[in-house]
Amino acid sequence: MKIVYNGEMDPRLIKSVLGETIPALAAEDPDVIYLDADLMNCIGTAKWAAAHPDRAINCGIAEANMVGVACGLAAAGFKPFVHTFGPFASRRCYDQAFLSGGYAGNDITIIGTDPGVTATLNGGTHMPFEDVALYRALPGSTVIDVTDPAMLVSILRQCKDRPGVKYIRVGRKQYARVYEDGSELPIGRAATLREGGDVVIFAAGIMVHEAMQAALRLEGEGVSAAVVDLYSVKPLDADAVEHWARRTGAVVVAENHNRIGGLYSAVSEVLTERCPTRALPVAVNDEFGEVGPQGYLQQRFGLTSEQIVDRVKAVIALRG
Amino acid sequence: MEQAEKKKLEAFAVRIRMAAIDAIHSIGAGHVGGALSIADVLAVLYGREMSVRPDEPGWADRDKLVCSKGHAGPAVYGTLALKGYFPYEELHTLNRPGTHLPSHCDRNKTPGVDMTTGSLGQGTSLAAGMALGDRLKGRPSRTFLIVGDGETNEGQVWEALSFAAAKKLGNLVVLLDWNKRQLDGYTDDIFPMGDYAAKFEAFGFDTAKVNGNDVGEVAAALERTRAGGDRPYAIVLDTVKGFGIDEVAKTPMNHSIPISDEQFEKWTAQLRAELAELEG
Repeated sequence: MKIVYNGEMDPRLIKSVLGETIPALAAEDPDVIYLDADLMNCIGTAKWAAAHPDRAINCGIAEANMVGVACGLAAAGFKPFVHTFGPFASRRCYDQAFLSGGYAGNDITIIGTDPGVTATLNGGTHMPFEDVALYRALPGSTVIDVTDPAMLVSILRQCKDRPGVKYIRVGRKQYARVYEDGSELPIGRAATLREGGDVVIFAAGIMVHEAMQAALRLEGEGVSAAVVDLYSVKPLDADAVEHWARRTGAVVVAENHNRIGGLYSAVSEVLTERCPTRALPVAVNDEFGEVGPQGYLQQRFGLTSEQIVDRVKAVIALRG
Repeated sequence: MEQAEKKKLEAFAVRIRMAAIDAIHSIGAGHVGGALSIADVLAVLYGREMSVRPDEPGWADRDKLVCSKGHAGPAVYGTLALKGYFPYEELHTLNRPGTHLPSHCDRNKTPGVDMTTGSLGQGTSLAAGMALGDRLKGRPSRTFLIVGDGETNEGQVWEALSFAAAKKLGNLVVLLDWNKRQLDGYTDDIFPMGDYAAKFEAFGFDTAKVNGNDVGEVAAALERTRAGGDRPYAIVLDTVKGFGIDEVAKTPMNHSIPISDEQFEKWTAQLRAELAELEG
């Protein structure tokens, strides 16, 4: 893993990386099969799917059935990758993922695109701030909030042969480039992007970029902030959480999700058990989503580097 | 079908009923009505139609059963025990701590159970996925799916049926247990679903309707499905919830009921007498 963050956006749309990686995995492994709920054109897989009808199954707009079918395919020996937008990949098919998937022992990977504010102009109906909470509560599950294209490729490869229900939340547009292409980002581990002694900012997904920007600004103000990418929300790298909490004594958690049930909750669970430490969230404050461009929505829900800076100062004051 | 074979299947169905109530009686109460209504189709499936290997439950090329009305587990377990998948005595562990036989079917616990079910509707999509998977793997396997009539209240059933027809799953056979009753009473009072056969036909299924408590009719209908093709099959089984034990059939609310020691002795004696007649 090599960190190449310089604040610039990766020139690729991350959906095209998703749309290229699924066919690549299918080419490598005859057991890989891809299912979609009428959203192939949203991640650029439609053309490949048309040429490979035995490897790509369009299930129509019926997500509960799609997840059940994927579980049946898993029972028949396949390694299914299922895609639809985040809210439909979580709320709409949760009982199916839970019972037909997890409980029944059928291993599937579910990709929910447009998590949180990245749903932008599709608005509140399409804006999941609770998907991580739902999937965290599924026993044996894996939950990943993707940081950049290089990570997406690494995670998809690992999920292919990983047991249980795997949930990957990832946007479709441009992400800040954080990792060099070809980097391995092991599930269950954290990536330390920046060392620091005054405070640690744990972040995931689009909030990693905001955390890095906040850390740069704080550095100018004489505050040394560590930034740790907790992309693997479950299993969480509890050792990394404990290490940085002990080292700094002040924690901020930044996530594109409701503060209830997501990364802030996951980090808080570790802190409470291992090393009680003040921790403040930069997260959605128990609200529904709404429509708008991503910049507006990040302001609206407080998912900005400015908000992280503010919370860092607040948590340092609390620590005393 | 030869008369001898028919009698053999009828006897198997009686034995399944005996085993199911034996299991349920051992824990005191359970889903009696819906277990009894599918005993005949289970007898035909495991006694005649399905290609399975009880000594190799995971054989990839086997035919598969998804009992989507998972609460009929005791009937499935009775069938599997009689086929030799596990010792008959294990039926007496039903629902007890650590058992391999939970009230609802669980593929990870019971040898011979091909899919986990219990949340109604979900078995339909699973069965469609299994049938599609077997076809894509080039296996000769067929998937048989038992669905309850009350279960079809669930919208997922109709998503799955649409999918099966769209993907031309001729290796999928849906067996609807039309026993006319669900937990709270008669389906026509609670949530009338109309003409099932017409619905299956409209959904693109090759459809038949038979007396589901007549092994001869069920066997003939299943035999037709061997042709495969590019349409999935549906067989509406006209059944009686509680069939085979009059006292149960005549109990209006027989979805989940207790079985007293006295009832168990009486019903078992009745079934044993039937068996003696059939096996002469």
